[in-house]
Amino acid sequence: MGTLRKKGTLTIVVMAALAILPPILLWSGQAFYLDLATRLVILAIAAVSLNLILGYGGMASFGHAAFIGIGAYAVGIPVYHNTYGEFEIIASYSGLFQIALAVGISALFALITGMICLRTKGVYFIMITMAFAQMVFYLFVSLDIYGGDDGLVIDIRSELPLVNLDSPLQLYLLAYGSLVVAMLIVRTITRSQFGMVLQGAKGNNERVVTLGYNTYAYRLTAYVISGAMAGYAGALLGNFTTFISPEMMGWTRSGELMFMVILGGAATTIGPVLGSLVFIVIEEVFSSFTIYWHLPFGIMLIIIVLYVRGGLVGLITGGKKKRGK
Amino acid sequence: MDTTLLFIQTLNGIQLGLLLFLVASGLTLVFGILDFVNLAHGSLYMIGAFVAASLTFVTGNFLIAMILALPVTAAVGYVIERTIIRSLYERDHLDQVLGTFGLILVIDTLAHLIWGPEGIAVPLPDWLNGQVELFTGVVVPTYRLLIIATGLAVAAGLFWLVNYTRLGMLIRAGASNRTMVSALGIDIQMLFALVFALGAVLAGLAGMLVAPITEAAIGMGGDIIITAFVVIIIGGIGSMKGAFIAALIVGLIDTLGRSFLDDLFKLVMSTEAAESSAPAVSAMLVYILMALVLAFKPSGLFPPKVR
Amino acid sequence: MQPLLKITGLKKSFGGVTATDDVNLEVEEGELHAIIGPNGAGKTTLIAQLCGALKPDGGAISFNGNDITSKPAHSRAGLGITRSYQITSLLMDMSVIDNVALAVQARSGHSFRFLKAARNISHLRDEAMIALGQVGLDKRADDNTRELSHGEHRQLEIAVALASNAKLMLLDEPMAGLGPEESKTMIEFLKSLKGKRTILLIEHDMDAVFALADRISVLVYGRIIATGAPDEIRFNDDVRHAYLGEE
Repeated sequence: MGTLRKKGTLTIVVMAALAILPPILLWSGQAFYLDLATRLVILAIAAVSLNLILGYGGMASFGHAAFIGIGAYAVGIPVYHNTYGEFEIIASYSGLFQIALAVGISALFALITGMICLRTKGVYFIMITMAFAQMVFYLFVSLDIYGGDDGLVIDIRSELPLVNLDSPLQLYLLAYGSLVVAMLIVRTITRSQFGMVLQGAKGNNERVVTLGYNTYAYRLTAYVISGAMAGYAGALLGNFTTFISPEMMGWTRSGELMFMVILGGAATTIGPVLGSLVFIVIEEVFSSFTIYWHLPFGIMLIIIVLYVRGGLVGLITGGKKKRGK
Repeated sequence: MDTTLLFIQTLNGIQLGLLLFLVASGLTLVFGILDFVNLAHGSLYMIGAFVAASLTFVTGNFLIAMILALPVTAAVGYVIERTIIRSLYERDHLDQVLGTFGLILVIDTLAHLIWGPEGIAVPLPDWLNGQVELFTGVVVPTYRLLIIATGLAVAAGLFWLVNYTRLGMLIRAGASNRTMVSALGIDIQMLFALVFALGAVLAGLAGMLVAPITEAAIGMGGDIIITAFVVIIIGGIGSMKGAFIAALIVGLIDTLGRSFLDDLFKLVMSTEAAESSAPAVSAMLVYILMALVLAFKPSGLFPPKVR
Repeated sequence: MQPLLKITGLKKSFGGVTATDDVNLEVEEGELHAIIGPNGAGKTTLIAQLCGALKPDGGAISFNGNDITSKPAHSRAGLGITRSYQITSLLMDMSVIDNVALAVQARSGHSFRFLKAARNISHLRDEAMIALGQVGLDKRADDNTRELSHGEHRQLEIAVALASNAKLMLLDEPMAGLGPEESKTMIEFLKSLKGKRTILLIEHDMDAVFALADRISVLVYGRIIATGAPDEIRFNDDVRHAYLGEE
């Protein structure tokens, strides 16, 4: 029980710090840190969504960045057409429309690829999710109209009621609020009856099938929810960077998301957020004094895989998690 | 359609297929025997290319460089297996994927430090740099024929290895089963290291062969590894025969799709629509093929019997 | 009255090895029917086909009057077939009560319920506690399943089968690996279920089988060579031959 309470405290402390510190830093003239925090929080939403299928569902998707890319292009493409014409059905500056598109297309992509991926398991699943993500990557590389390899500049940010995304602080607060909601969604789902089946199927699929559950349908549902959430994160990321390119859905990106979930602590509420925090810090600190920051990052990753079980949440709260064949 | 172009593109497709086979065969070998998913397999492909490039400048001859580079990549594979891969055998596939993902970052950065950010072009000796007229009007680069010949020779060698040797027997048995292997009185540690090094050589060879065409470059491994994954998923993970057939299918479909899909589309739609949609569809073609195969055969075309 | 479970001409082979060879078997409602046989007789293969984990090559399985031969595993469970596993296959990362509650939850059709925390649904908890109480594990309800002893794991397997409220319980060697004391408790417990549940019991422990079963079928090399009351089986020549030949 002690571990549980510690986990709760950790969650509250981290989330409170994320609510208070970035605005304070902004007001004290350190706008740079608000930028960093915005990226962190948006990546954390994607990591939280990945945690639903990877941590709680045991589905090791190595293609999650594809949803981020789809979400980002769902903002960029309507803006592009609204500015330069053609394709008027989807031309729009409306944020609600773009977000609906981002979530809808991501969910649809998750449904179609999930139906195929989830027929397989284990190492097949890892490779196939990776391959489908690469398919989306090459699709956008081949679309010259949206800049192909070079990417696309989003001239005008999503127009939303109540918030103005051109204000960095408002964008941050929207992202932060979205993260809280995302965490609550995953927390609620995983504790529900649905979540029990999902976690049961992770532990021993055959057993849960024998109890009478069509686990394929449960997994597919979780996969679609997760994809839709990551697509939403992508829409935010597009608004934050205002520049999108296929690179944001490359497989290295998917690997980084996995890193965040595993490092922070899979199947915990705060783990993915902690993982994103550490990732952003590593990226910033290391890349500030060497362009070769992938070297220490890679070494760290290997060391973590070899020696740190249960992620940071496990380390901090002393809870043990076993992993292995 | 132009038959000469079709012939040349078919040849190019076979060449790509054979290169894919070299990479995919190592992957499937390592997975079949070691039960290990090596994401960093593409890095060995890149190392092969860079080592061959450097040795070409040292020796002044690409072929000598290749012959010298093969044992070097084997040694690199051996060292990686001894230092890092070994500790990951007992872990689940997710840990293996993450660990080797870290390894990619390390190797790519080291390559960056050693060889610099720019790619290295590899010059071919004159006699390989020319073209051959196969029959009237059909001219192909000599070097491409060398790639195809090498690929076929290696494929033949691997088939001999798989079907007629003790090691091959273990592969066919899907010998991730350690008790069985040790019951046969084989030093497992040595066997695993050798298999891994063999996989490294195969990937390295593919990298060397491709270097004179594309140049040795950072990140070249990342592009090929996923296509190689698609190949072994289609072929059936762990199956050498599956890897060979799937590699050729993928190589041909990718190459022919890129050059002829717009012509095909023009038969059923307007020229304009065909020209805008064909590149997008051809970029996705091999993945669509993978999805179709999986929809009907979730374990690939030739799933290994024992697993 | 028709039998609850009726197997006709069931066949299954792996490569050249015939694991189930034209098996015919009927289990009456309310009976405890045991299947015995030497190692490698195909007992577990038979169970796997009954619960849908393996597809038979031929023959038919009917349950409660419905042909279920080609039904997927999860819908057979919905019709009322549950199984326990020879090698404990509980959900080790979940608490003891969650293992049972998941079985209770399965009875209500589907679990596409996303909002309310499963722990706060009192009827799930209550029914799970009743099943745990029946096997004597109620005090360990909130412990992590991994921390239980082997004997307790076997008991929990039974509690899960009980909680699913199935019409037919397929018990695959519930006594495996138990000490003499634990075995005795398990036998007593299974005895207490007699008449209340229909049970198809697969067991190596002959003392247990002869103490519990209403009828016994003997499976040798995938074939049923005899079916009858315990005393008939005890003195059946074919059975003695099969077992003596084995040893």
